[in-house]
Amino acid sequence: MISLHVNDKTYQLDVPPEMPLLWAIRDGAGLTGTKYGCGIAQCGACTVHVDGKAVRSCSMPVSAAAGKRITTIENVGATRAGKATQTAWEKLDVVQCGYCQSGQIMSAVALLKEKAKPNDADIDAAMSGNICRCATYVRIRAAIHEAAKTLAA
Amino acid sequence: MNSSRICFGFLLASMFASGAGAAQDRQVESEKLFSDIYSVLTHPRCLNCHPKGDSPKQGLDAHVHVPPVARGEHDNGVAGLECSACHQTSNYRASGVPGAPNWHLAPVSMAWEGLSPGELCRALLDKSKNGNKDLKGIVDHMTRDELVAWGWAPGIDADGRARETAPIAKPEFDRIVHAWAESGAKCPE
Repeated sequence: MISLHVNDKTYQLDVPPEMPLLWAIRDGAGLTGTKYGCGIAQCGACTVHVDGKAVRSCSMPVSAAAGKRITTIENVGATRAGKATQTAWEKLDVVQCGYCQSGQIMSAVALLKEKAKPNDADIDAAMSGNICRCATYVRIRAAIHEAAKTLAA
Repeated sequence: MNSSRICFGFLLASMFASGAGAAQDRQVESEKLFSDIYSVLTHPRCLNCHPKGDSPKQGLDAHVHVPPVARGEHDNGVAGLECSACHQTSNYRASGVPGAPNWHLAPVSMAWEGLSPGELCRALLDKSKNGNKDLKGIVDHMTRDELVAWGWAPGIDADGRARETAPIAKPEFDRIVHAWAESGAKCPE
C-alpha cells in the first residue's frame, strides 16, 4: 500500500510502486482532471504540483511521490495564485479543445508562485514544455499576465 | 684535482639530465592519462550537460533538448519548469526519462563544447571556473558524484533502447583519474 497525499486528502492505494503517479491519481484517487498526453514527459498535459513544484506525473513513479504534498487541477484553485489563474483563463476564454489546459494551468501557477510578475520571456521559458495542439499559446501568455495583474492588486 | 672536478661536473650534468628526463616522462604519462579522461568527458553522455549555451543537449547527435528547456539562474531550469519537473532521482523505465540525484546543467564556466584537450584540462583545474574545487575536489567529482556516474548507467530511452554509456568502464575510468592526479595532473598543450 502506498500513502498518497493529494489535494489535502490521504489515499491508501494498492498500486505497484513503479506505477506512474499519473495513473495513481487518475485510477487510484479517481481524480481525472489530470490528463494523459504522451506518457514520456514531452507534452505537459499531466502536470501536477509535488511539494509546490510542477512535475510531469507520467514521469514520476508513485513511490517517489509518497509522503509528498500533491496538488492537482481539482484543487489548485484553493490557492490565491491558482484562483487568479483559473479566473484569468475564463476571462480571456483561453481554452479551445481543452485537453492540455489542466497541465497548462498547473505550469502557469507554478511559474506565478515563483515569479509574481513574469515577462514574456519568463512565460515562454516556463511554458515551453506544455504543448497545445489548438495553439492557444497567445491567449495562455495573455492570461498569465492577467493573473499576475490580479495577484499584484 | 682537475679530473675530480670534471667527474663531479659530469655527475651533476647526468643528474640534471636524468631529472629532466624523469620530469618529461611524467609529463608524457600524465598527458596520456588525460587523453583517456578527455575521451570520456567529450562523450555526449557527459558533454550534453556541459553545453556552451543555455540549452542542454540530448542523444549521441547532441541535438537540442526536447522539449525546449532553459538553464535558468541556478543551472537547474527556470521558474515553473525546473529539471526536476521531468527528471527524478533515478532513471524511469515507464517514460524513458533519465534521472539521477541533483539533475542539473554544469555552469557556463564549465562549458566544454569545442574545447581541445589542453583547454578542457586547464578549465577543469581552474578554480575560478570549476566551482573552486582543488584537485581532490575534481577527482571526487569525477569518481564519486552520482550525476557523473549516471554516464555509465544511463538507462533506456522512451523506445526502450539502452542508451550508450560513456566510454571506458567506470572502475577503469576512476583508476585513470586517480593515476592522472598522482602523476601531477598535467595538461596537454
